[in-house]
Amino acid sequence: MCLAIPALVKSVDGAKAQVEVGGAVRSVSLMLTPEVKAGDYVLLHTGYAISVIDKDEALKTLAMLQELADIESGQV
Amino acid sequence: MKYIDEYRDTDLGKGLIKRIADLSKRPVKLMEFCGGHTVSILKHGIRQLLPPGIEMLSGPGCPVCVTPVADIDKAVALAREPETVIATFGDMIRVPGSNSTLQKAKAEGSDVRVVYSTQDALEIARLNPLKKIIFIGVGFETTAPTVAASVVQASKEGLTNYYILSLHKLCPPVMKALLLSHEIRLDGIICPGHVCAITGARPFEFIGREYDIAAAISGFEPLDILLSVEMLIKQIENGRHALENAYTRVVRDEGNIQAIRIMYEVFETSASCWRGIGMVSESGLRLRDRYSAFDAEKAFEIKQAEARETPGCICGDILRGVKKPHDCRLFRDVCDPQHPVGPCMVSAEGTCSAYYLYGGEDER
Amino acid sequence: MEEKMSDKVLLAHGSGGRLSHDLMERHIMPYLKNPILNKLDDSAVLELKGRIAFTTDSYVIKPVFFPGGDIGRLAVCGTINDLATSGASAKYLSLGLIIEEGFPITDLERIIASVSSTAKEAGVLVVTGDTKVVDHGSCDGIFINTSGIGVIPEGVNISGSRASEGDRIIITGTIGDHGIAVMAQREGLKFSVPVESDRAPLNGMVSEILKVSPDIHCLRDPTRGGLAGTLNELAAQSDVGIMIEEGSIPVKDAVRGMCEILGFDPMYIANEGKMVVIAAPEDAAGIVAALHGNRHGRDAAVIGEVGSRHKGRVVLKTGLGASRIVDMLTGDLLPRIC
Repeated sequence: MCLAIPALVKSVDGAKAQVEVGGAVRSVSLMLTPEVKAGDYVLLHTGYAISVIDKDEALKTLAMLQELADIESGQV
Repeated sequence: MKYIDEYRDTDLGKGLIKRIADLSKRPVKLMEFCGGHTVSILKHGIRQLLPPGIEMLSGPGCPVCVTPVADIDKAVALAREPETVIATFGDMIRVPGSNSTLQKAKAEGSDVRVVYSTQDALEIARLNPLKKIIFIGVGFETTAPTVAASVVQASKEGLTNYYILSLHKLCPPVMKALLLSHEIRLDGIICPGHVCAITGARPFEFIGREYDIAAAISGFEPLDILLSVEMLIKQIENGRHALENAYTRVVRDEGNIQAIRIMYEVFETSASCWRGIGMVSESGLRLRDRYSAFDAEKAFEIKQAEARETPGCICGDILRGVKKPHDCRLFRDVCDPQHPVGPCMVSAEGTCSAYYLYGGEDER
Repeated sequence: MEEKMSDKVLLAHGSGGRLSHDLMERHIMPYLKNPILNKLDDSAVLELKGRIAFTTDSYVIKPVFFPGGDIGRLAVCGTINDLATSGASAKYLSLGLIIEEGFPITDLERIIASVSSTAKEAGVLVVTGDTKVVDHGSCDGIFINTSGIGVIPEGVNISGSRASEGDRIIITGTIGDHGIAVMAQREGLKFSVPVESDRAPLNGMVSEILKVSPDIHCLRDPTRGGLAGTLNELAAQSDVGIMIEEGSIPVKDAVRGMCEILGFDPMYIANEGKMVVIAAPEDAAGIVAALHGNRHGRDAAVIGEVGSRHKGRVVLKTGLGASRIVDMLTGDLLPRIC
């Protein structure tokens, strides 16, 4: 249910892709995310890409985290 | 590793913890529904670092833990059928049935293989045309589409020796059943981020709307969890109860439409029995008639004796958040990861296992 | 009369007659020859002064050839490293072979060649041995026993019970490499990782750190059960508490990646070419510097210290500053979905 990891798509071949996590590489199925292209980051779960990671939202979240944490250091 | 390390930044984490401590004025009960969240919270020591007024309860979001004994017995019975290969995720192999486990069946000569993916199970089916490959389909909405996809693929390839024993379950119905029971009073719920990657945010909006409980969809890295706790505390202190999405880089409102489509192409909803909770309508998945050729329950006559649980095992209460592991008299006494009595201890993300392995010095 | 040369090991090869002699002469001795072994006496006569460390181990793994090595290399490394954990520099090995009738002779030669090259790498001599052949089905291809002798230098006194409060804990390199390299090849997993098993003879590395600090307290190789297993053993044996810092434990990216995908904790994964060193705080920096100068110790790091709280237990301080207990591994490491 939960164990899914962001992986970089290195190449796409039809309904399959080669993805990499920190240097470990495996072939995964794109049956659930056919829109994926090389260079995307996907969420890898049991050998399938189940979601594409939204780079803009990722940056927004980090900015939000930064702001929330900075509020703290400001208040000290 | 990208999209992982940034969400483990310790300085940001410490800052967030301070902010939560400042925001939190009154005692609250938060439930992390998903077992993966329980593990992450304990592994990073988040429970210890949150202010004492925030009580974290673990929910039934561990698909292995909520699989009833009778279903484990079915899997073991299938393993004993001649010419079968059982392909299963690692999580299931040591879960105790009435009197055996898949691991024991393997030691007794059954062909039981742990696989990482249904893709690997399909490969076993292709390479062993004279054997019947039965995949034990366990998992929530995150995993069910991957199993469905394998059935679609098997159908396209004309494979006639690939079967699924569907033990899949759905989250929103059981969450509703839990909240309806009013057994515990919750102020906030941390919602399962990877289930939501598939289902989208909408199926969980009922939590705020119908039960006045704050909710936040959370990822699994420490900063993700802390962000969702911050959002929940902020809502609670301001008397709000809506569903917020703290995992926007993965979860969209509408979810993964292709995955949902494939899941319901192969499966339909059915009533399902949840260990410790009982029957919940529309909370399980079974194969549709058009895919009945892949249904292990139809292809095999599974002879079963009456299922029995071990007396003293309170996994059911723990799964509903009513009791904690140290409330169980078997915990750490006769029940430990080496000799698990119930599924909460066997599963890597079972509440008891997580508390046993990762509990802080005071939690053990 | 010329006997037909067999390409498989036969029962007669173990019976002590002409075929046995042939097997030795043609297929074993060419790889192992040295002045002591060449005598082919029933006992090797050795001159050793000082405290002697003596160990034995049998190797029965299957398959006998695997990525990064074979049973021959394993048999030499394993015994050398066992000697190294008492501070002894291995000098001599015995090599006992039990071969299944029908085992291909080319495979036997490959294994012996591997024994030879590993022994050369470690500067160790195989000085005595024995070969038996058993009926087909009585063993799995080939079983190997190696016994090893080494000398413990003056002033060296290593024991699992010597860890004391204030000591620093050092790991000689990245953890999880061996287990992940082996697992990636397993049927059903099909990952490709740029990681090889780290199986290696560590006697040279251990000699170097003992030169710098003869009074190392504990030395152990974290094989099955991983770093967590070894630290728990040492904590129990020495009756001390061990505290480690999560961020200081060296792990290769590819190992971390595989662990994240499969749901493993690197601390529980087997290592084959690493050591845990426990030494007095004033010696730690010197030991790490010496390790960095050795090819097997380049990623060495201090990962924690010994204390008197929570005796017998290992506690990890997480990045966020919380602490949690690190228990020993229970059951097998299996890929999971949750």
